[in-house]
Amino acid sequence: MVKKAARSFKYVYLALMLFFLYIPILYLIVFSFNDFSTGRHISYANIGQWKGFTLKNYSTLFSGDAGKALLLTLEIGAVSSVVATVIGTAAAIGIYAMKKRTRNVILNISQLPMVNPDLVTGITFMMLFTFVNSLLVHLGMKQVGDVTKLLIAHISFSIPYVIFSVMPRLRQSSDLLYEAAMDLGCSPMKALFKAVIPDIMPGITSGFVMALTMSLDDFVVSYFVSDLKSVLSVYIYSSARGAKGVNPALATVIFIPLVVLLLAVNLRRLAKEREYEIQNKKVKLKDKGGNIQ
Amino acid sequence: MKRRVFAYPYIVWMILFIAVPMLFIFYYAVNVGGTFTLTKLWSTLSDPAKWKVLWISVVMAFKTTVICLLLGYPIAYILSNMKRTVAGFISVLFFVPMWMNFVLRTYAWQAILEYFLPGLLGMEGTLTGTEGAVLMVLVYNFLPFMIMPLYNTLAKIDKSLIEASRDLGANGVKTFFRVILPLSVPGIVSGITMVFIPAITAFTVPALIGNGKYNLYGNEIELAFKTLSGQGDYAVGSTLSIILLLCVFVSTLIMNHFDKDQKQGGQMW
Repeated sequence: MVKKAARSFKYVYLALMLFFLYIPILYLIVFSFNDFSTGRHISYANIGQWKGFTLKNYSTLFSGDAGKALLLTLEIGAVSSVVATVIGTAAAIGIYAMKKRTRNVILNISQLPMVNPDLVTGITFMMLFTFVNSLLVHLGMKQVGDVTKLLIAHISFSIPYVIFSVMPRLRQSSDLLYEAAMDLGCSPMKALFKAVIPDIMPGITSGFVMALTMSLDDFVVSYFVSDLKSVLSVYIYSSARGAKGVNPALATVIFIPLVVLLLAVNLRRLAKEREYEIQNKKVKLKDKGGNIQ
Repeated sequence: MKRRVFAYPYIVWMILFIAVPMLFIFYYAVNVGGTFTLTKLWSTLSDPAKWKVLWISVVMAFKTTVICLLLGYPIAYILSNMKRTVAGFISVLFFVPMWMNFVLRTYAWQAILEYFLPGLLGMEGTLTGTEGAVLMVLVYNFLPFMIMPLYNTLAKIDKSLIEASRDLGANGVKTFFRVILPLSVPGIVSGITMVFIPAITAFTVPALIGNGKYNLYGNEIELAFKTLSGQGDYAVGSTLSIILLLCVFVSTLIMNHFDKDQKQGGQMW
């Protein structure tokens, strides 16, 4: 009796906490179907009054600044994560081949952007670009634009995540692989692409996913780095502080693909794990069978 | 060709965009309009209002961390005792919101606290601009960051240790306090580090939920750099950032100390 009560209490607690975590998302999704028009204008500011069902918010979503910001977010995310993966993977391979002391110094410095609060990373980039731009103006040259600034900043804070995802894979992989490929007649480049990189591919993939996530998720650094054009989170922040508010349909458009993607990836992983478990059991049974014989 | 050549592009990048930018904090703290001066640094350091905000932020971050730990530990514990496949699925549900833009989620809370909840409760006015509201949304934002390391640590604990403790006559409560809790300290430590410092520097939540009335240390830095009139006061902002970096450094040292204690304790057993 007590055990049963404890058990149902567990589930109630988990459900309550999940509800707490999903309240704001559900709220926005519900209100994305709300009619916000007052007269001729649309104001998302008083997002608490239900005025009737409409799909208008979805048709207008990408026409304004939100659409531009979303597009820029995706572009910056794609370009910065690819560049960060290439530089980071090459760096990990290079650092791994270094002497222990040099390796540790570089790895320690690489940890800085991960340990530093976002806020500090953001303002250091802001100061760097202000300095560089004032120098460029002084020399009569064109200033560094928002897109370039965003790209440099995003690549910089993503690279360490790639390095620290690839490094463990390199440790697991054999050092002899590279040597063996060379002995068999590969050029260094070919040895790298044919032997080393396929072996560390899972690390590279997870590094790429991390870099992409970091970029898409970033608000603080982008906020400090950019002046006029910026990514979605900065657009949301400035709209939320202004009088116009944010189109809640944005939540649905981000949330639904995200859930589908995450569930698909995880269900596949779980299915694999389950398969692995079953196979393990079979192997064990076979072993036992062998012993009896 | 030596393999270490592959690291060179990164090393150049690292120096240009990680090491050099860090130096700018120190450069701008003592440089106003191109001349070296310590007056700004000193006037910022001797401003009691700034220290008060830092203290308020530390207290707020501490409360956030404690509440996250108290709410998150049971979640991680329950999940770690479930069947692996079920726990895997439910834990994904807990981490999905983390992937959703946190500014958007904070904006949703702003709407809920400003219009929806007061209307539902038949209240006059709004719920934003209160300390409780800021604290709740901070807890909301950081809870998954507490659950994740706790769950990872708790799930790895060898179940036979718990069985052994029960076999040796300890009841459930005693087993929890003598076996499970001490073994989960590394998870608690990394959970605290993932919540405490980010909570001090979180400036979005106070700005959107606190209506500017409950500004934390992050807001002070934000206001120093991003003013409406364009370029802010870099000297003040840089000095504030140096103090923040010192706080990060000290708390990292403290956390490492606890972590080390735990490891030594583990060896003794």
